[in-house]
Amino acid sequence: MGRKLLLEHENVPGIAGLEVYRAKGGYRSVEKALRTMSPEAVVEEVKKSGLRGRGGAGFPTGMKWSFLAKPPGVPRYLVVNADESEPGTFKDRYLMERIPHLLIEGMITSSFALGANLAFIYIRGEYFYVSRILERAIDEARAAGWLGRNILGTGYDLEIHVQVGAGAYICGEETALLESLEGKRGNPRIKPPFPAVKGLYECPTVVNNVETIAAVVPIVNDGGEEYAKIGVGRSTGTKLISAGGNIRRPGVYEIELGVSCDEFINSDQWCGGVDGRAFKAVVPGGSSVPIVPYELFLRTAAGEPRLMTYESLSDGGFATGTMLGSGGFYAYNDAQCIVRSTWNHTRFYHHESCGQCSPCREGTGWMEKVLHRLEHGEGRREDIDLLWDIQRRIEGNTICPLGDAAAWPVASAIRHFRDEFEFHVRHPQKVKDPRHFEKEPFVRTPKPAAV
Amino acid sequence: MGATLKAVTTTEGVAPFAFSEAALAECRAIMARYPEGRTKSALIPILHIAQAGNDGWLSVPAMDAVAALMGIRPIEVYEVASFYSMFNLRPVGRHVLEICRTTPCMLRGGDALIAHAEKRLGIHVGETTKDGLFTLKAVECLGSCGTAPMLQCGAKYHEDLTPEAFDGLIEQLRSTALRSNYTDR
Repeated sequence: MGRKLLLEHENVPGIAGLEVYRAKGGYRSVEKALRTMSPEAVVEEVKKSGLRGRGGAGFPTGMKWSFLAKPPGVPRYLVVNADESEPGTFKDRYLMERIPHLLIEGMITSSFALGANLAFIYIRGEYFYVSRILERAIDEARAAGWLGRNILGTGYDLEIHVQVGAGAYICGEETALLESLEGKRGNPRIKPPFPAVKGLYECPTVVNNVETIAAVVPIVNDGGEEYAKIGVGRSTGTKLISAGGNIRRPGVYEIELGVSCDEFINSDQWCGGVDGRAFKAVVPGGSSVPIVPYELFLRTAAGEPRLMTYESLSDGGFATGTMLGSGGFYAYNDAQCIVRSTWNHTRFYHHESCGQCSPCREGTGWMEKVLHRLEHGEGRREDIDLLWDIQRRIEGNTICPLGDAAAWPVASAIRHFRDEFEFHVRHPQKVKDPRHFEKEPFVRTPKPAAV
Repeated sequence: MGATLKAVTTTEGVAPFAFSEAALAECRAIMARYPEGRTKSALIPILHIAQAGNDGWLSVPAMDAVAALMGIRPIEVYEVASFYSMFNLRPVGRHVLEICRTTPCMLRGGDALIAHAEKRLGIHVGETTKDGLFTLKAVECLGSCGTAPMLQCGAKYHEDLTPEAFDGLIEQLRSTALRSNYTDR
């Protein structure tokens, strides 16, 4: 279970430069696609691969591409989402920093498939230094004839530009990203119309995550069927997981989808187990996915071993499952406080709410206040039900998924760790020390999940 | 977007602003990237350049200069500048230290690093030291969770920080005459 399609050459010296990248087989997918394939044939391979959007939503990429409207005389655009702001996620930064040409190559091949002659990488402003690395790679590629006019003499033209943002989680949502790219506030648009019909500059646009576009390279090189042989069921191929929190070996790992969760978190090939204490909880796919107790991460409610796949991680729905999400994985040891963590999550969403929809704008602030008082020993028993009520009224009632993303961490924390919230109400003096569980970990009373 | 500090919205007592020749050339090159009639797309990149040329913050004169250069209304600049957390709408120190406070960093000691920084610099989050050298900010996830705790200063990420490493960084920055900007190469 150790095949690497994206990070195979991650440790080769000089792989960030064109010469070494090319020597390791780089840009073969461009040669193959432009010289021997039609754009439709490339789309077909991506469909066959079963590749799903790696930014978090997991929507089939080939299907997304096939929705792209093609009115005659109207330009089409590819926009790469390098906004990577989901807490816990740092895989795209690693990929772009280490192997920038892999993204550029994937963009050329993908743009050819989509019929785009202008493509953008929208990268979060905090990654300014990474934007310089990408710009260097683009300059190298252009000088070598992989970009610009008449690429490989095939008559196909493409320009790629890097666009930096300026600090806003919401710009990872694809329509907010497009607004920002147009020089506006990052307020998500009402859908439909979807970007595939009306995207950048009101033209048909595909927005894909960095890792998704990088995966197009091995798919075109080896064929969609080969790619689909890796993985389990509808979770095909490999996935980059950025692992953090209280584990021994934090870092970015490329896994074949289908690795068992137990192996991933405990084996020395990946996370290497807990950092000297005991595991308490896991957030496997970025802060927006439900937090689950360690034992529910390892095994489903039915007692089956859980796997690192879209389906297995969500087995049991929100009652006992979670999501693969962006692959922003972080684990908690037993010194951590779930109430404190939930307060921190909620403060994040409140800070990042764009303010368009009242349930999100007001609800996240309200939840932050209630969680703050619970965590600081000033909570009331009815606060727990109040929190439950607020998150329920945010979910599903906003233009974009940020509202859901703010609701789920609160709902899952109460669902699985309600007794810890109650402890905060019962022992206000104890929880006033911010490290209240460091000396004396909280002991949960295991219970069947039911809320 | 949860702005915690009040923006300076006046021109009174605020230094005038003009782009340098090099900055102007860079702005024009950026504006040329986009399809005809779509140069407003250059607004955020140009605001970064303006901020770097204005002691690290966007004053009203700086934003008005951006509007004039791009041929858009000043309000179109103000509304964007006030939306994004990397744009400072009031003066800041020579080095802005942005410590990540979001959950994955918190699990690895982000809170303790913020507390240490406040003590070491003698200021609270959001404040600037009296000598004008350092502004301390607590920011949301910087995408560096595996190397937490960490901070950003200008274009640089400083990762796996211990209190000692933080103190070393402060000493090193103290002896740097140049301002730390996001746009640094």
